[in-house]
Amino acid sequence: MNFRQADDISAPTPTALEIKGISKAFGRFPALKQVSLQAKDKEFLALLGPSGSGKTTLLRVLAGLETPDAGEVRFAGEDFLALPVRRRKVGMVFQHYALFRHMTVAQNIAFGLTVRKRAEKPGKAEIADRVAHLLQLVQLEGLDKRYPSQLSGGQRQRVALARALAIEPRMLLLDEPFGALDAQVRRELRRWLRELHDRAGVTTVFVTHDQEEALDLADRVAILKDGELIQLGTPNEVYEHPATPFVFDFLGQACRLPGVVDGGRLRIAGWEGEAPAGAPQGPVEVFFRPDEVAFAPPGGTGLATQVRGVAQRGPDVRIDCHVEGAPMELQAHGPSLPPGVGPGLSVRITPLRPQVYAAA
Amino acid sequence: MTLLRQGFAGRGPLVRLPGLAPLFLALTLLVLGVLIVLPLGVVFHQAFARGLEAYLEPLKQPDALAAIRLTLVVAAISVPLNAVFGVAAAWAVARFEFRGKSLLVTFIDLPFSMSPVVSGLVWVLLFGAQGWFGPWLQDHGVKIIFATTGLVLATTLVTLPFVARELIPLMQDQGADEEAAALTLGAGGWTTFFRVTLPNIKWALLYGVLLCNARAMGEFGAVSVVSGSVRGLTTTLPLHVEVLYNDYEFVGAFAAASILAGLGLLTLVLKTVLEWRHSGELSASRRH
Repeated sequence: MNFRQADDISAPTPTALEIKGISKAFGRFPALKQVSLQAKDKEFLALLGPSGSGKTTLLRVLAGLETPDAGEVRFAGEDFLALPVRRRKVGMVFQHYALFRHMTVAQNIAFGLTVRKRAEKPGKAEIADRVAHLLQLVQLEGLDKRYPSQLSGGQRQRVALARALAIEPRMLLLDEPFGALDAQVRRELRRWLRELHDRAGVTTVFVTHDQEEALDLADRVAILKDGELIQLGTPNEVYEHPATPFVFDFLGQACRLPGVVDGGRLRIAGWEGEAPAGAPQGPVEVFFRPDEVAFAPPGGTGLATQVRGVAQRGPDVRIDCHVEGAPMELQAHGPSLPPGVGPGLSVRITPLRPQVYAAA
Repeated sequence: MTLLRQGFAGRGPLVRLPGLAPLFLALTLLVLGVLIVLPLGVVFHQAFARGLEAYLEPLKQPDALAAIRLTLVVAAISVPLNAVFGVAAAWAVARFEFRGKSLLVTFIDLPFSMSPVVSGLVWVLLFGAQGWFGPWLQDHGVKIIFATTGLVLATTLVTLPFVARELIPLMQDQGADEEAAALTLGAGGWTTFFRVTLPNIKWALLYGVLLCNARAMGEFGAVSVVSGSVRGLTTTLPLHVEVLYNDYEFVGAFAAASILAGLGLLTLVLKTVLEWRHSGELSASRRH
């Protein structure tokens, strides 16, 4: 394989994939509404969203397996929608891998090479060489004669990846690549996939509903909901500045309280603090992470909180409580409980980094 | 067959209802014995009643040989026709969404629920001397009814559902992902069909073809309407049996019948082998 080296990844990279105003409906159900986004060359882009958000449909549009009703897809400047599936040279890994069940691992990997036109088809020895190289790349040496049914889930996934890489794809598309694996294998493969991407240097788009996976793995994350692109940014950007309450909620655990912004001040019940920059005026929804709070004694400042129960698991503490009358679960980390926290006790809490959205 | 399969493939622990098992078993064996084993035994007993020579003698008659040849010809045309139709229909139903799909599936099943006589009669109504296209065909010297063409048409119609019914649930179950994968890897439509689709359904296809063939060779009702029973010309093996029987040529009738019975037994053996070796690759909802 002549993979390009990825050592120039920090150099200014041109836009590889350009999606403009893609819409797609299945019958009367709109799966995608005017989605536009770009991916840079060699970028690792995650499409993140709950089921029914249209992320898989978008991936299939990129592969050519679905035809959008409207919009444009360009890859390296070329009109991608004008190309049939087989000419796009995208390597796709399906959610359930879709390995050819009647072919061995080696035959599966070689498939994309053996179906080429006579003039472009590599010789037998060359194909065998490439298969051997790919088996080594995905760490499956010695399994070339097995059938898919004789492999574990993780092994199947790696065969699917090797099969997709065999055609030297211009872009790699992964549909829930870890969806069918158990948690342990998933975490191992995640790191490995990222390394593989960096070595192969192929623009990669992957679909997932697991926010941890997307934030952990991708260069940028596109968050979709009901067929619309809600936010696009680096993992840090979307986590630190979620564009909507939906994104805040989807990217992690959320605590929410009603409040009011007046000038530069944020008021929740009897407590008042500085409003975050750019907060909307008037009635708002205040969101904060359950572990981003400061605790103070009952006489101090903050939101009045009654602790109802405490569950400790190693260094993690879950605090079941009522904050200004609203039931909530807070979290704390550390060898000991925050001062003053115990079942039946009252404390005051202050959200450290509240996010404020105009009340619906 | 079905009983044995249930025993092996059944899920969950067995529940024994006290006292009922011997009763049900005895009843089943009795019915099987009286309705299947006994008649089958009689066929072979009658056929060989006067020894092997007497058995082979009627099968060497030109009429009998013609009937065997015609049966093979009819099956050789209608079975491949239905294999192609079955794959095409199953592909259409399992891979595409279109208006009237459930109606199409119902129509595929129609020959099963309709009397075979009707399947023969429709061709007479279309192509018979008094039929819609009858005069035109006569003017152009084309003979369909009372000829091999009519037999093929009737047989094809009767056996239409076998292959399609076997493939539709299997292809729906397998899904289109492997075909989609082949396309993304650069394969064209035909390459995908021959290298991915067909290998995935080959055992189910063979199973459907086997059942289709058994029915095609054994069909009586539909072909008797379009045949006209011209000895040596338009009698297939089942019709030949009837002609001989009506002429009181019992040994000949039973000899010919024993060939059909033998064919049935052979089909059963092959069917069992297929189910045993490839049960995973045959469709789960088999109903024959």
